[in-house]
Amino acid sequence: MTDQIDKALEREYEAGFVSDVESDTFEPGLDENVIRRISTMKNEPEWMLEARLKAFKVWQEMEEPDWAHVDYEKIDFQAISYFSAPKSMKDKPKSLDEVDPELIRTYEKLGIPLIEQQMLAGVAVDAVFDSVSVVTTFREKLSEAGVIFCPISEAIQNHPELVKKYLGSVVPTKDNYYAALNCAVFTDGSFVYIPKGTRCPMELSTYFRINEQNTGQFERTLIIADEGSHVSYLEGCTAPQRDENQLHAAVVELVALDDAEIKYSTVQNWYPGDENGKGGIYNFVTKRGICHTNAKISWTQVETGSAVTWKYPSCVLKGDNSVGEFYSVALTRGAQQADTGTKMIHLGKNTKSTIISKGISAGRSNNSYRGLVRMNPGADGARNFTQCDSLLIGDQCGAHTFPYVESRNPSAIVEHEATTSKVSDDQMFLCQQRGLDPEKAVSMIVNGFCKEVFKELPMEFAVEAGKLLEISLEGSVG
Amino acid sequence: MSNTNTKDTSSLLTIKDLHASVEEKNILKGLNLEVKPGEVHAIMGPNGAGKSTMGYVLSGREGYSVEQGSAVLDGVDILDLEAEERARAGLFLAFQYPVEIPGVSNLEFLKASVDAQREARGEEAVSSADFLKLAKAACKQVNLPLAFLKRGVNEGFSGGEKKRNEIMQMLLLQPKVCILDETDSGLDIDALQVVAEGVNSQRSNDRSFVVVTHYQRLLDYIKPDFVHVLADGKIVKSGDASLALELEAQGYAWLQPSDEEGQNA
Ligand SMILES: Nc1ncnc2c1ncn2[C@@H]1O[C@H](COP(=O)(O)OP(=O)(O)O)[C@@H](O)[C@H]1O
Ligand SMILES: [Mg+2]
Repeated sequence: MTDQIDKALEREYEAGFVSDVESDTFEPGLDENVIRRISTMKNEPEWMLEARLKAFKVWQEMEEPDWAHVDYEKIDFQAISYFSAPKSMKDKPKSLDEVDPELIRTYEKLGIPLIEQQMLAGVAVDAVFDSVSVVTTFREKLSEAGVIFCPISEAIQNHPELVKKYLGSVVPTKDNYYAALNCAVFTDGSFVYIPKGTRCPMELSTYFRINEQNTGQFERTLIIADEGSHVSYLEGCTAPQRDENQLHAAVVELVALDDAEIKYSTVQNWYPGDENGKGGIYNFVTKRGICHTNAKISWTQVETGSAVTWKYPSCVLKGDNSVGEFYSVALTRGAQQADTGTKMIHLGKNTKSTIISKGISAGRSNNSYRGLVRMNPGADGARNFTQCDSLLIGDQCGAHTFPYVESRNPSAIVEHEATTSKVSDDQMFLCQQRGLDPEKAVSMIVNGFCKEVFKELPMEFAVEAGKLLEISLEGSVG
Repeated sequence: MSNTNTKDTSSLLTIKDLHASVEEKNILKGLNLEVKPGEVHAIMGPNGAGKSTMGYVLSGREGYSVEQGSAVLDGVDILDLEAEERARAGLFLAFQYPVEIPGVSNLEFLKASVDAQREARGEEAVSSADFLKLAKAACKQVNLPLAFLKRGVNEGFSGGEKKRNEIMQMLLLQPKVCILDETDSGLDIDALQVVAEGVNSQRSNDRSFVVVTHYQRLLDYIKPDFVHVLADGKIVKSGDASLALELEAQGYAWLQPSDEEGQNA
């Protein structure tokens, strides 16, 4: 049955096409001059350029981390282009009518119509193509509610007070190697501000697309939920199918002020490389949120793509009674490698965190959960519950769990449960005996395994995520 | 290996000289059985005789290889088909040990199964609303609370609940040939009646049952047309319902085949 499943895992990557758009792309290479040019392209104020240059110096003195359970060829940072934008975006189209139809078609093909009338009702989209945001929908409707939803490059120009106050406040430049690099060369991403006491009237989402060859994408996202506000945000990502590896090094910062709530969901489907591990995206991401008093941040991620994933969406539970949640499904197949998990840092009293991680490994892939729960001395009465389940498909893959617990407060309670199971011959046979083909059987068993996480996704996307797993597993059985 | 030119339309299941092995061990050694529409055949026999193996080989479980013989279901030679194709052709196996599929609700599983079978037969899909009605009725018929439709397949079910769940699946799938593998084992008398009533309600002129059991008591409720004794991989004796009573009184020893064939190691 291992044979069967291996065959089943050979599948098409549906988002692997290349869009035919003419782009302005920097020559590969990284130095101060490149950073100045990015800043100029983005029409940035002086303070932003200075911050970038400072970050660049910091980065140059740091070393690439090697503690993750992943194995890949060293990245040549001089071989990457740090900026690429469709030529048509140069004149800053004022409305959708002025946007290159090829770009609109690209998103349509990916199932993301940008024409407002055709969109999922109640979802606003920021579409980022290589290094620029192509369009952000429903901005007027959102601004009626006082919500700011725009590309971060625009926020730097139009809302400098907010950006200066919060950018880098959750993930400092020095945080880690890729974060420092991102601070120096980031290009676009989304900016969200929800005013006090406001419930954002729509779901917000950003769709990241890498198109140009040899470029890195350095996404930067900042979400600020002011006191008592509420927002649900979703990001999706895809890239063409190419033999070379490409780098996506993102930094996402969430700020939930007192009594605010942020729900952040990711459906990550970067090109995973071929069966032998050729090509695919290196997804090295730093995501972190800070919760003030009574605030709540909930991360939900469905990770099916990328050649290598290195990602730990985390919560700093600073305020008393704040809540952090992490729900994750990570599927690896072929030669994919994922090292993902979360950090829950409990600082305030009666802070609570929940971690539900579901790792599915197939083929020759390697899937690791790495999680830290830290109870600081001030975290009286804090609680964490962690559940970490691994599902193995076939017998050539690996699942690993690295839970770290640091408790410096005797009144804090940390609970950890872990299981490892296999898609068994008995389960497969039961399904087939009832008339299901093996592909359907595997995807149903895997979907069942992920149920607790899928129910955390916004409804429209839960269906998408289920389908994505189905496509990912297509052909995993013979 | 197959011998299909003997299409016998008056038979729903014809097994001829079936030899099969698992892990290079010969288990079935020349099994013959003919089941006509509407008939109920009981298969009895000592532990390790090959009763479960017969069910697995017929339904196409991986790891079992057929060396010789044929099996024809309603005119279709099934031994070259995939397991799911045999199921779609109308073969149903109620498992001796039903397995759990955590997180997949019974209802979802049943709907997917019925959809897959109907689609393969070119029949129209049943709407979700209609299917829910059918599923509720089946659930009631096997005396399981409706909450079981929402629970994961066999997840945390007791032994008896699992067996009733098997019968519920059978009711919804409406197969042509049902093989029940010790569905009565471990059941209390109430559950036994539920299972028997489930079977009896499905008895019809175009459906047949092969009931594997150790106990005469099931056959008090499901009246078999034939009783066979399977020992060492083949049918060593066949008779009518009275044979089961005889076996209950005397055991199997008097029927064991002589050792002349030897044991295939
Ligand atoms: N997977 C297997 N590997 C090796 N031997 C097996 C396997 N499955 C069944 N057998 C053997 O085949 C014989 C018949 O088993 P089974 O069909 O389960 O008997 P019954 O159902 O009549 O009690 C037994 O000797 C059993 O040990
Ligand atoms: Mg048995």
